[in-house]
Amino acid sequence: MKNDRWIWIGLAVALAVGAILSLAASSSPDGLERVAEDQGFLAKAARAPLLHSPLFGYLFPGIADDRLATGLAGFLGTLVLFALGCGVGWALRLGRRRGA
Amino acid sequence: MNNIFVLLEGENLHIPDGFLSAPVWVACGAVSAAAVAVATSRVGKDMEEKQVPLMGIVGAFIFAAQMVNFPIASGTSGHLGGGVLAALLLGPWAGTLIMTAVLVVQALLFQDGGITALGANVLNVGVLGCLLGFVAYRLLRRLLSGTRGALASAFITAWLIVVLSASLAAVQIALSGTVPLRLVLPAMAGIHALIGIGEGLVTTAALAFVLRVRKDLVYPLCLPYSRQVGEAA
Repeated sequence: MKNDRWIWIGLAVALAVGAILSLAASSSPDGLERVAEDQGFLAKAARAPLLHSPLFGYLFPGIADDRLATGLAGFLGTLVLFALGCGVGWALRLGRRRGA
Repeated sequence: MNNIFVLLEGENLHIPDGFLSAPVWVACGAVSAAAVAVATSRVGKDMEEKQVPLMGIVGAFIFAAQMVNFPIASGTSGHLGGGVLAALLLGPWAGTLIMTAVLVVQALLFQDGGITALGANVLNVGVLGCLLGFVAYRLLRRLLSGTRGALASAFITAWLIVVLSASLAAVQIALSGTVPLRLVLPAMAGIHALIGIGEGLVTTAALAFVLRVRKDLVYPLCLPYSRQVGEAA
């Protein structure tokens, strides 16, 4: 595609939101967490999580500085979604062309 | 504060493991799996080349924007869902697939949203937002024609979908026997009526921006509606 500048601008905006604007996020509980806390069922969530994710809590592991850890986790997650989204789109388009 | 709260603090919170009973999460998983299968088969056969990177950008932006919790009343925050925005740019089917991708990555890499609750989260945030959001937006857009009408439609739809998603989550949690519906439904709908304003603002701003700089990146069936010209406004 000739004019593909918008792709890189779009990705840059997403990365800026995920890696920088995310540092300004409110740390108050969100809607569901607030209701779960108020109504006393938040405790049900903590019993033995089925999986220990590498970027638990939106923090890049092994980094002492929380802001840096959050920024890196946001940057990485945003890139992963960009790659995955393009990958899904590419695979669907390939499938269509083959008449699948 | 107890340890549980500390564990969860600072995270976005989709439904975690433990809130839903097995029958409820299995049923939600089945519905979502069916929706994803239909979406995969229905993604436009005329999918254009530019839609491939657009799917990447929409997924990346919605993931990133979901990290930005904004404060609402009384020590509570909200964050974007993004289903309606995904549908406006990608259409209902590709939008559903991208929302599913966002929720899968959040559950696997970030432990945001439970593994067993993944189907319910996909149903509430992705499927409902993209499919019902698409239908509701298209209806409103015909009533409120023109660019302003499209923006107003996007705001109303985004608000409505957030309240409905939260209500659906409340029903799932209540059906699981976690907490009575008469308590959880008004609380979830009430808080999300506020959060929905944020969702509406972000969705409308994003649509206004794309309409202004690259109108061709908006899903054709979601462009502003003109009574004179009909569909292709």
